[in-house]
Amino acid sequence: MSDEARDIVGDYRFGFHDEDKSTIRFDNGLSEQIVRDISTLKNEPEWMTDIRVKAYHHFIERDMPNWGNPEILNNIDFEAITYFLRSTDSTEDDWKDVPEDIQNTFDKVGLREAENTWLGGITAQYDSEAVYHSIREDLESQGVIFLDMDTGLREHPELVKKYFGKVVPHSDNKFAALNTAVWSGGSFLYIPKGVHVEMPVQAYFRINAENMGQFERTLILADEGSSVHYIEGCTAPSYSSTALHSAVVELIAMDGAKIRYSTIQNWSDNVLNLVTKRAHAMKNATVEWIDSNIGSGLTMKYPAILLKGEGSHAEVVSVAYAGQNQHQDTGAKVHHLAANTTSNIVSKSISKDGGRSTYRGLLQVTPKANNCRSKVVCDALMLDQDSRSDTYPTMEIGNSTADLEHEASVSKVSGDQLFYLMSRGFNEQEAMGLIVNGFFEPFTRELPSDYAVEMNKLLNIKMEGSIG
Amino acid sequence: MSEEILNISNLHISVEGTEIIKGLSLTINKGEVHAIMGRNGAGKSTLANALMGHPAYSIESGEISYNGRPLEELEVFERARAGMFLSFQYPSVLPGVKVGTFLKKSIEAVRGEPVKQKEFRTQLKAAMQLLDMDRSFLSRYVNDGFSGGEKKRLEILQLVLLQPTLAMLDETDSGLDIDALRIVSKGINQVAPQAGCLVITHYQRLLDHVKADYVHVMIDGKIVKSGGPELAHKLEEQGYDWLEADA
Repeated sequence: MSDEARDIVGDYRFGFHDEDKSTIRFDNGLSEQIVRDISTLKNEPEWMTDIRVKAYHHFIERDMPNWGNPEILNNIDFEAITYFLRSTDSTEDDWKDVPEDIQNTFDKVGLREAENTWLGGITAQYDSEAVYHSIREDLESQGVIFLDMDTGLREHPELVKKYFGKVVPHSDNKFAALNTAVWSGGSFLYIPKGVHVEMPVQAYFRINAENMGQFERTLILADEGSSVHYIEGCTAPSYSSTALHSAVVELIAMDGAKIRYSTIQNWSDNVLNLVTKRAHAMKNATVEWIDSNIGSGLTMKYPAILLKGEGSHAEVVSVAYAGQNQHQDTGAKVHHLAANTTSNIVSKSISKDGGRSTYRGLLQVTPKANNCRSKVVCDALMLDQDSRSDTYPTMEIGNSTADLEHEASVSKVSGDQLFYLMSRGFNEQEAMGLIVNGFFEPFTRELPSDYAVEMNKLLNIKMEGSIG
Repeated sequence: MSEEILNISNLHISVEGTEIIKGLSLTINKGEVHAIMGRNGAGKSTLANALMGHPAYSIESGEISYNGRPLEELEVFERARAGMFLSFQYPSVLPGVKVGTFLKKSIEAVRGEPVKQKEFRTQLKAAMQLLDMDRSFLSRYVNDGFSGGEKKRLEILQLVLLQPTLAMLDETDSGLDIDALRIVSKGINQVAPQAGCLVITHYQRLLDHVKADYVHVMIDGKIVKSGGPELAHKLEEQGYDWLEADA
């Protein structure tokens, strides 16, 4: 690694990149032709091409959001982005067939070890498409479908057609439109009725090329009475130029089903992470977003749950870390659309070295939704004077039987806490590490233990060169 | 020959420009228990916190040597690693940090090397038995929602596990009922023979359980009288007025 690259990478462990050996790389920039070319290259059915083209036109016409971070959003040069890049000609099911440098990359990010020890299946996406995919035989034999989205569309077109864009329509927002126009990769996961997937399945999204746009599209269907835990991880090389990650994730938990979706987002800080995630929870279903945003320059992401069926439950536990040159504009949206629905939202953010964190949340209870309960807790921890934290909670309560709790706090690390910890042998950095690990504990305790350990290590690294 | 652990000579300490400790001298040898008694505001806690290195307390003059070395050279965490321990009057709450994790990391930080899980468990079990603490303590967050007595017990658990060379106890007995006092004293007594102990207290009753070799009375930032355990009894009966007249 050159010194210059090292300067850019800093304490980010995943900022390395492989040489671009892509077999196909479209010219930078976006046009209807590019959109059609992506569809043609993937041999898609006409209906999908039509959806893409329609979405493209909506994207062109749609205004940029005037909230979040308009300064950054309005400066995105959509012509400088690569919208499609194929790294390997096929998705392999044996790592031996994956190019060595790509294998090594997924080794370094820890995916292969997790695959071998405790995951039920993985998809490894590298720039636009999956390069590797595996699923345990016992899951397959129970009828679980776990594929990359391109393969999912090829092999299960009826299911995809029925649900694609039904939870997040292309017209939802400008970046949902962009994703729908140029989507590539992502996961397609179907859990049959009554099947409980005991081991989590994971997708890993790695951006490698410079100026890349990654637009994965994920659709998870948990049929009646089934359950699954899906994990996604993401990292990218550190470049001085902007990369764009704009995913759309749609979840449907049918009657009595349970989906847990955990995200460990650790993009390099040249990545703009503008993602739409939304779920439908039907009768007595549970949807849980366990969401972390540690990396990226700007993240705007508000995982949403529509509680459509009686007795359904929403859980959102999210953490954000905003360091130097980072803005984490995150939150949660829960819509209580049916009676006896419950929700629990916990949001934690840390700002340090001038970083900025924003909580933006919506809690809605519609007039018909009787006897709903919701609790929202929002805590911000500021590690220095230069950092910033804002909270924008919105509540739209249309039913007087709702039982609501809302707590918010902004805190600083106290001198007494530091003194106490240092009197127990911890130096300042170790003391800060313990405090931030503790602050994020409501999140990390929800992670599989290996990932919790990694998360704590990652936060400890962020505390290096801490407060003077 | 007695082994000197702490030597304080003519110490002056101020907090935000106000002098609190006004010329204090004290020597503590290994195996000795020194009790410092005095009213609120006499400067007892200031002394303990300053010895541990609290940044709010500045040492204006005087000398402190710890194990023969000038104490001022050491940062707070280095003092802990060198064997100093302070049981806090008001220990901090650490939300999300589990007691078990905290204890293990703290032992590792003080010793400067990883501790084997098995060894840690054995020590922890013995110490918790001594202090009559339930295992459920370990999965709670440090001092979060703890009663006053539970906080003090956790401080003493750390004392026992960290095996310091100099143990300073800042009003560890306050707010404890008689059973808790007895239990906390067991912890102190276990550590005392191998350490120098500085016990700060308002009340004589702790000294029924912890045998003090020396009792010092502090008034207005100075030790005005030193003696044996009988001095504590006299204070309990007569209060501080007779000393203040002399001070």
